Amino acid sequence: MHMFEFIRPTDPAAAIAAAAQSKTAQQGADVRFMGGGTTLIDLMKLNVETPDRVLDINRLPLDKIEVTPDGGLKIGATVRNSDLANHPKVQKDYLVLSQAILNGASAQIRNMATVGGNLLQRTRCVYFRDTAMSCNKREPGTGCPAITGHNRTLAILGASDHCIATNPSDMCVAMAALEATIYVQGPKGSRAIPFADFHLLPGRTPHQETVLEPGDLITHVTLPPPAVGSKHLYLKLRDRASYEFALASAAVVLTIAGGRITRARVALGGVGTRPWRSPEAEAALAGKPANVATFRLAAEAALRNARPQSENGFKIELAKRCLIYALRTAATS
Amino acid sequence: MATTDSSLSTSPIGRDTPRIDGPRKVTGLAQYTSDFNFPGMLYGVPVEATIANGKLLALDTAAAEKMSGVRAVFHRGNIGRIFRSTPAPGFDRVCEERRPPFEDDVIRYYGQYIALAVADTFEAAKAAADAVRATYAKEKSNVEARLKAGDDPDVVLTTYGPAPREQSKRGDPEGAFASAPVKLEETYVTPAETHNPLELHATTAIWDGTMLTLYDSTQGVVNARSVLAQMFGLPKESVRVISKFLGSGFGGKLYPWTHVPLAVAAARQLGKPLKLVVSRKMMFQSVGHRARTQQRLRLGASRDGKLVSLMHDYVYHMSMLDDYHEDCGEATPFHYSVPNLRVSFGRARRNIGATADMRGPGAVPGLYATESAMNELAEKLKMDPVQLRILNEPKLDESNGLPFSSRHYVECLNVGAEKFGWAKRNPAIGSMKRDGLTLGWGMAGAAWIAGRFEAAANMQLRDDGTVRVSCATQDIGTGMYTILAQLAAEKTGVPLDKIEVELGDSALPDGPISGGSLATSSVIPAVFKAADQAIASMLIIAVTTPGSPFLGHKPDDLALDSGRIFVKAEGSGKGVPFGDLLRRANARLVTGSGSAEMTAFAPNPKFSRHSFGCHFVEVTWQAEIARLRVSRVVTVMDAGRILNPLAGRNQIQGAVVMGIGMALFEETIYDPQNGAPINSNLADYMVTVNADAPPIDVTFLDYPDKEINELGARGIGEIGLAGIAAAITDAVHHATGVRVRELPVKIEDLLV
Ligand SMILES: Cc1cc2nc3c(=O)[nH]c(=O)nc-3n(C[C@H](O)[C@H](O)[C@H](O)COP(=O)(O)OP(=O)(O)OC[C@H]3O[C@@H](n4cnc5c(N)ncnc54)[C@H](O)[C@@H]3O)c2cc1C
Ligand code: SF4
Repeated sequence: MHMFEFIRPTDPAAAIAAAAQSKTAQQGADVRFMGGGTTLIDLMKLNVETPDRVLDINRLPLDKIEVTPDGGLKIGATVRNSDLANHPKVQKDYLVLSQAILNGASAQIRNMATVGGNLLQRTRCVYFRDTAMSCNKREPGTGCPAITGHNRTLAILGASDHCIATNPSDMCVAMAALEATIYVQGPKGSRAIPFADFHLLPGRTPHQETVLEPGDLITHVTLPPPAVGSKHLYLKLRDRASYEFALASAAVVLTIAGGRITRARVALGGVGTRPWRSPEAEAALAGKPANVATFRLAAEAALRNARPQSENGFKIELAKRCLIYALRTAATS
Repeated sequence: MATTDSSLSTSPIGRDTPRIDGPRKVTGLAQYTSDFNFPGMLYGVPVEATIANGKLLALDTAAAEKMSGVRAVFHRGNIGRIFRSTPAPGFDRVCEERRPPFEDDVIRYYGQYIALAVADTFEAAKAAADAVRATYAKEKSNVEARLKAGDDPDVVLTTYGPAPREQSKRGDPEGAFASAPVKLEETYVTPAETHNPLELHATTAIWDGTMLTLYDSTQGVVNARSVLAQMFGLPKESVRVISKFLGSGFGGKLYPWTHVPLAVAAARQLGKPLKLVVSRKMMFQSVGHRARTQQRLRLGASRDGKLVSLMHDYVYHMSMLDDYHEDCGEATPFHYSVPNLRVSFGRARRNIGATADMRGPGAVPGLYATESAMNELAEKLKMDPVQLRILNEPKLDESNGLPFSSRHYVECLNVGAEKFGWAKRNPAIGSMKRDGLTLGWGMAGAAWIAGRFEAAANMQLRDDGTVRVSCATQDIGTGMYTILAQLAAEKTGVPLDKIEVELGDSALPDGPISGGSLATSSVIPAVFKAADQAIASMLIIAVTTPGSPFLGHKPDDLALDSGRIFVKAEGSGKGVPFGDLLRRANARLVTGSGSAEMTAFAPNPKFSRHSFGCHFVEVTWQAEIARLRVSRVVTVMDAGRILNPLAGRNQIQGAVVMGIGMALFEETIYDPQNGAPINSNLADYMVTVNADAPPIDVTFLDYPDKEINELGARGIGEIGLAGIAAAITDAVHHATGVRVRELPVKIEDLLV
């Protein structure tokens, strides 16, 4: 582990000013915020993250869950994953989010992990996590051994010739389907980022994962008011029954009236280089009868652009089955 | 099933006995190896090679040496002399990786140690290790998964001595197979598997000038002492190895690995205690793993299911230098009756760390293959797989003509089938349903060796009425502390809470390794003899001590029970506690020692000694989401007399849980480009978690095997893992129609 200075700011402005001195907010950042530390400290022990300064943000007033005037939800950046998943309003109105979080990691990790940290958790690509290996995401330009190596768990959607790493988050998949907004406060003031614009595709710059700039502190996330009468489901498929990242997952939010789907929001996990909102699937569902034939078409649409690697071709079929089953189960719930 | 001997109704033997060390474990008082700390102790962190084949050209340690808190960076140039330990007959001086660390500059596997950083804190040592820079001449590494036997002589040297590559043969297997009316020919593959006990390998070396004391996470303190004595040119008496509690080992901790001499050498040079704990990543590289195997099975049978030929020809991978033999054919020659048989093996050298014993070595991958083949043959014959096995039950061990010491395999099958409800099985693929899920039912048999290692023990009867029993064997989480207490209680009648057990220290009488599931059976005669001797001394005191109520009696008139000495003719009611007599004699204690020889692997046996068992498994399959889960397991074991059924069930259930991992999850993957075990952590190397563990119904037949020892106890640590993978893959086939012949079964295999 690289030597670092550990600072516990108590006001956001100080934290932001300190972080603004970092050269980047992406891979290689020399200043890092720390939420639960379950990603950051892990990667620091592996020397994948080597910040000179770590700013513990747990003393900042960012730990509230509040109902917004419009009936939506405002979730502070340091709210623990467990507290969010078990919040009565989340369980009632945003069930897909609660389910997604509870399907992730373990109880111990969820008790530590924060919302801000989860939004920024890093890929589990084994080459990324080992500094003895080359990796374009960790050290731009060194190559991507995963493409010719072990890639069973990696992405089939959104990959480039430079990086095929999966975004591993469950929570983010639900937030993508719920059309969350991420609020950031930076050296130049605060701004709102629609969820779909927050994570970047790898392209030629896989080390740049989000639109965050040095000093940008995620303060909170908002969810729009719940769609009345919507049906929610998060389904996660993996080898073992618990404590494993998704091979494929689906978050679906459906509104059905008179047997027809009036509104559909769909996102996939475990298959994309970012939390994978699928406008293609949503378009295939909107206005159509809520039946298996429709769900099949939606799944085909969602995976139409999938590109398999040497070991993960099965994920295309798995993701389709996952989405069809999630839609069917939600529709009949 | 055997009935319990009612004359022993007060005996602790055969009773569910909670572990006597349980309270110490749950309160944190139990000290595992890395919990021991000493004044001035330093920390060592090895530097791992990041190539799998080539030469180490240069090491730059300058930056590391300058870091604060760093005491030294050791490497080939400055580590000092480390000798090679040499093999010996029996189970002494065993070591899987014989090459002492840093012996040459050739790198033969990824993660081979090339240096050792030592510092005042673990953190400083780790940072220094990370700062060491190596330059290599890298060559292409060979970690190819497909195995082809290399050129080997007919007899090869293995860790445990020479072994003919045609390990068993009778009749004319090729001819009989060619003319068999029904034939099955398939190849089964098991992957490299890594031992993942929760406790990492740890060692702390302390030199006091003449004596080396080693706190080591070992399954064999006596063997470790011999190996380390040789490596440092010391008499055995100058080395003491201590292993009080082990967070399990699964065979990976049987013998010392190269980090141990590294720690010892560094501690010697720096004159301070030195602790070295390997990382989880190193657990995948440098401390052994179960070999990958590729096993070709050919079974010939008559139309009514009688086996006429069985050929089991297998290849396994191994490291470049070492000689570990993955004996997949261990159970094949005796498991079933078949007149024509051949078992042979070949070996494929790879740029990988040494292979080693892992729970049920050889037999576990071997039985996966042979039992899978039996299930496939049953399908070809349109025969029930249980019936096929019963039909081919041998009368004696056909490989050597010896009678079995105690074999109740058919009863296992019948009891298991009955408990599971096997009669209700509809063999049609995917035909059985419950709650919208497709059920798959499968079964397989199991076998494992039985016998004894050499063992010695000591017993003390003390003036406060307590008993102390000691033996340099280990408790690796299996319940050995409790077994020794039960044995002492059995002999003295003293309650368990008045019995002190000491083990895990090579200064105690030589005990067996915790391996081969033989430790329990080995210690029984030694402890009993020690008890007899201590009691004999006690009786002499009883008849000679002035004021003793037994003056005038002969020792033979007396006996000891419930902690009291009494005149046999008068019954135990009028007895005197032995502590009272000792105090009257002004003696603190009497001691006895006992030992017994090795019978396992001994020449000219009179019996074929094995345990048997079977598993019946139910899986659920949900094709719509490709979800496979094991939902129910019934296991029946014929493993001799069970001393502690509570701990015994725990062993079998744990093994079944591990077997679910073997069947569905576990696999060490080598990176094709740089040869690294690439999934070297517990997030990417899947083991079974609690949520995957189904209800597991365990039955012990409990027939004593008096050829093994006076209590008739065999071992149960490993047999639970034998056969379970074959039962699961058979259940998977029953549910899905897919025969997976390469473990683990993955979602992608079933997405058809
Ligand atoms: C063994 C294991 C298993 C797991 N399994 C799963 C799983 O199945 N599914 C799943 O979804 N996840 C899983 N996770 C990942 C887990 O969800 C994340 O580690 C966690 O959500 C990260 O949150 P944190 O608060 O601990 O982040 P931290 O480690 O504190 O931070 C992560 C990153 O976010 C940055 N950051 C944190 N807060 C802010 C902020 N407010 N503003 C700007 N930047 C910020 C940090 O600088 C850092 O770069 C697993 C993790 C582990 C260790
Ligand atoms: S997939 Fe991405 S993260 Fe993984 S090795 Fe390639 S570049 Fe690195």
